[in-house]
Amino acid sequence: MTIVMQAKGLVKRYGQVVALDGSDFELRAGEILAVIGDNGAGKSSLIKALSGATIPDEGEVLLDGQRVQFKSPIDARRAGIETVYQDLAVAAAMTIAENLFLGRELRREGFLGRWLRMLDKKKMLAESVARMQDLKVGIRSMTQAVETLSGGQRQCVAVARAAAFARHVVIMDEPTAALGVKEGNMVLELIRRVRDKGLPVVLISHNMPHVFEVADRIHVARLGKRAAVLNPKKISMSDTVAVMTGAMRPEDIPAECLAH
Amino acid sequence: MTGKLPPLATLGPFIALLAACTFFASQSDRFLTGGNLSLVLQQVAVVGVIAIGQTLVILTAGIDLSCGMVMALGGIVMTKFAADYGLPAPLAVLCGVGVTTLFGLVNGLLVTKVKLPPFIVTLGTLNIAFAITQLYSNSQTVTDLPPSMTALGNTFGIGGTEVSWGTVLMLGLYGLAWFVLRETASGRHVYAVGNNAEATRLVGIPTQRVLLGVYVMAGLFYGIASLLSVARTGVGDPNAGQTENLDAITAVVLGGTSLFGGRGIVLGSLVGALIVGIFRNGLTLMGVSSIYQVLVTGILVILAVAADQMSRRGTR
Repeated sequence: MTIVMQAKGLVKRYGQVVALDGSDFELRAGEILAVIGDNGAGKSSLIKALSGATIPDEGEVLLDGQRVQFKSPIDARRAGIETVYQDLAVAAAMTIAENLFLGRELRREGFLGRWLRMLDKKKMLAESVARMQDLKVGIRSMTQAVETLSGGQRQCVAVARAAAFARHVVIMDEPTAALGVKEGNMVLELIRRVRDKGLPVVLISHNMPHVFEVADRIHVARLGKRAAVLNPKKISMSDTVAVMTGAMRPEDIPAECLAH
Repeated sequence: MTGKLPPLATLGPFIALLAACTFFASQSDRFLTGGNLSLVLQQVAVVGVIAIGQTLVILTAGIDLSCGMVMALGGIVMTKFAADYGLPAPLAVLCGVGVTTLFGLVNGLLVTKVKLPPFIVTLGTLNIAFAITQLYSNSQTVTDLPPSMTALGNTFGIGGTEVSWGTVLMLGLYGLAWFVLRETASGRHVYAVGNNAEATRLVGIPTQRVLLGVYVMAGLFYGIASLLSVARTGVGDPNAGQTENLDAITAVVLGGTSLFGGRGIVLGSLVGALIVGIFRNGLTLMGVSSIYQVLVTGILVILAVAADQMSRRGTR
């Protein structure tokens, strides 16, 4: 399996607090890697370092084997890493098509685009329809305002936006946290389709059933380090929680439960 | 916007405008004459142009209380530079517009860099601009302007009706603002910032730069309004802008732009300015005292904001 994204020995300190204490990370091609951990385990610091939201004090991040240093989320986006945030990060009064292309608008060709800077709304609409069909998101009209959608559908728009533009990695930070059961499942289904299209997904979640439903491997963060990488097909949910909370020491995990 | 029919927020202002016109036409024979309507347009031009800048600010969920006072300062600067220092009119106008744009920049920097709420920032600059205007002009009206400075007040005839160049300029500016807000990425980003600033930042749009640009552009529009005001009255008036200040906000709100940001159409503000102007004009023709005109304007604003609130509740 090729490694798409890797981090070695990441350290991040906030004054006296050590949020990351030499954390490693590895994401492989075509997988959904869940990242779990208790509050303060270094889970979100790790994700922030990978998505460019913070700059680690030590350690390195590699993308396709190349060392990268992100100074902002925009740098990470330019490198092909898209992040979906939990709090339904969409512009509610704007249309789905506008949201999909927000910040990446297509301009018309020729004079109208170059000199009048006119947007190519038709092309953006057509591409929005194509991309949403590609991901089998069942929303009828791309010209409806996002606020007319349910919470789950809105999150699908955010996921679809990330999947449509990511070239390397999609990071999802608690994408189902704000959603009901049915809506959460809708988003999980979409996450699987994103992976099946060939994009590796990093899924940060507190929701163990969701993690076990879609993850190929589980990265457990604990005390600022990577405690273990588990195989969800072999290990039980309760043992996973035990590793996460420290009730089970990493060296006591049965060998077949570790992911390779 | 979405759906087959435009939402009430879009249609409402037009309906209100038509209703007001119908009412005043039934009350006064002079109302629907070309001469009177042209007069309304001339009176509306200053508020209308200020309202474009105000619309930009309100679309980002901000508010600019300083608009009228900044406009008055711009008028004093350009008239004094021309009348007292003998600067050529175009240069003096440029200086006046420069000062209002500078005020926009200061508002924008205080909002984006110091992170102060727009309400407080512009409440401060409202008073600062007013004080500078009075100090600099000694509270004296500036007269003896070069004719080229008031050229926008001149009129030309279309089918027997006199239309001022200021009206034409205002309509042109509305067309421009409408195009930019609707058809360009920069315009859409103004809406996006007003809708969800954090989400907009996270997709990589420099939201602070968008906000700063909005306040600077607003200042530029106030400067153009200064010129229109000077051209219309023929003098530099240190007490200009006092009714325009709130009338411009009223026009934007009446035009259906939401005070919560992210929703609205700039052409609505033109309709809103026309509604304010037509009420003033119609009530005057009916012989109603100007105090009642203020009363009616106040009631209209509250109705408009209430309608906005209720339509938002309906969509949630």
